[in-house]
Amino acid sequence: MEETGRSPGHGDGIIEADGLKKAYGSMVAVDGIRFSVKKGEIFGFLGPNGAGKTTTMKMITCVSPRSGGTLSVFGIDPETDPAGIKARLGVIPQETNLDPDYTCAGNLLSYSRYFDIPRDVAEKRVEALLAFVQLTEKRDVTVEKLSGGMKRRLILARALVNDPALLVLDEPTIGLDPQARHLIWEKLKSLQAQGNTIVMTTHYLDEAARLCDRLVIMDNGKILVEGTPAELVQQHAGEEVVEVEPTGEVVSCLDELEIPYERFGDVLQIATGSSREVAKILLERCRPRKVLTRPATLEDVFLKLTGRTLRE
Amino acid sequence: MPGLLSFPTITRRAWKVWYRNLEVFLRTWKVNFFPPFIEALLYLFAIGLGLGTYVREINGTPYVNFIAPAILGIAVMNSAFFECTYGSYVRMYYQKSFDAMIATPLSIEDVIAGEILWGATRAVLYVVLMLPVLALFGVISLPLSLLAIPVAFLGGLMFAGIAMCFTAVTPSIDTLNYPSFLFITPMVLFSGTFFPLTVMPVLLQDFAYIVLPLTHVVAIMRMLTLPDLALTGAASLAWISAVTFVFCFLSINLMKRRLIV
Repeated sequence: MEETGRSPGHGDGIIEADGLKKAYGSMVAVDGIRFSVKKGEIFGFLGPNGAGKTTTMKMITCVSPRSGGTLSVFGIDPETDPAGIKARLGVIPQETNLDPDYTCAGNLLSYSRYFDIPRDVAEKRVEALLAFVQLTEKRDVTVEKLSGGMKRRLILARALVNDPALLVLDEPTIGLDPQARHLIWEKLKSLQAQGNTIVMTTHYLDEAARLCDRLVIMDNGKILVEGTPAELVQQHAGEEVVEVEPTGEVVSCLDELEIPYERFGDVLQIATGSSREVAKILLERCRPRKVLTRPATLEDVFLKLTGRTLRE
Repeated sequence: MPGLLSFPTITRRAWKVWYRNLEVFLRTWKVNFFPPFIEALLYLFAIGLGLGTYVREINGTPYVNFIAPAILGIAVMNSAFFECTYGSYVRMYYQKSFDAMIATPLSIEDVIAGEILWGATRAVLYVVLMLPVLALFGVISLPLSLLAIPVAFLGGLMFAGIAMCFTAVTPSIDTLNYPSFLFITPMVLFSGTFFPLTVMPVLLQDFAYIVLPLTHVVAIMRMLTLPDLALTGAASLAWISAVTFVFCFLSINLMKRRLIV
């Protein structure tokens, strides 16, 4: 997975967007973004609420027309042949919209019809998909009786009924317990191994770091950075972080030693190349109550780039 | 945004939406097939036998025969209208079914067209189930009354299209009560249903003919069930066709404006 992370060559990707824009009246939700998703990769969109991630997904999945720029999916413009794109797309929406009038199997079967999949083919595929998401025992249960995790898994199965070449997932593991999240991650990885291309948004930065080959961080409708998770961490958060309790003594000591730090609520963070050395100096000279060293994460990058102000 | 009166592109995929609704309807057929029988019986007993004892006949027609076509017309209106207001609104807003469907090759135009076709189909099913009850009581003529079935489809399309316009603009499910009380209920009473329009002031008669869709549906139904064919039936048919055309397409464009942002 070696990627430069800079502007990729345009033209050969599964999705190509340039100057892509979406405005609702005077409100600009997506403000001229450029990205390219290559075949077989998992590409992530990160950003605080209102950053424009979901709007971008809606333009890719041909349910929301763009206001400007260019966009192509499988080399097709969503404006010219949306049905042609959607036939090869698997979508997981943010909101669970399973059909409550059907059972698990019924949901998948009725959805297969919308893709013109012949009944006998669909029936076989539905059994395989239920097994894939481990819902075979719930085959004939109405969806209302499923837990949140099961519903999400069924939506994943539904997104796969047409054997899509591209999966577009808007917060696929939202509200799930760790077990269910791990199961979804495992399934997404195995889909990628089968050659699927996956585009996803997420608020879980550990999820993004674990799954995404490349990702962008968006804010206010713009892409702030693009790269592999490791690159982004290294470029924007350093290698390691030392966290220490902000007592008066520690603060004046750090100022004296001219060690740069940032204060977040009740913790001071020091980004560094060598946390052991910084911790050692701290322990010897500043008498801290508690010192914690850890590797820098995508969360550090995220908070650094998008700030700590709460979003709508 | 396209104009509200522009011609929407609908594909054959609309039938898949129609089929989805039919499948769900048939699975609970015991609940769904019962009301038409009961409703026909209730009307016949309460109004036919009850009121009919006092109002023996209208213009030479036994009272119960006079109201039989009105029962059919009201059924067409109610089944299509409520399917495409409350039914469609629930599928659109609460179940998010439309969102799920337009993530597939279906377009929003296909989805709304499918819903309207289904609303019309409910009207047909209602009439098909009511006809044997009315025939059993001998209050409709056969075989001409069988033409009530295609009329139910056309009338159903009209009420489904009108209903879908309300659904497209309603801010919430509660505000759908307004068209129910201000549009549907007055029509049940003032469309030549339980008494001839001719007893009303001319102004109201004109109003009923120009504005109230049920007037035309009941008029045609009555021509078929009495039977009493007249050339004005063709005019009513033309009126219904024109209104159906306008409101079905208008509703699709309104829905597109609501859902595609």
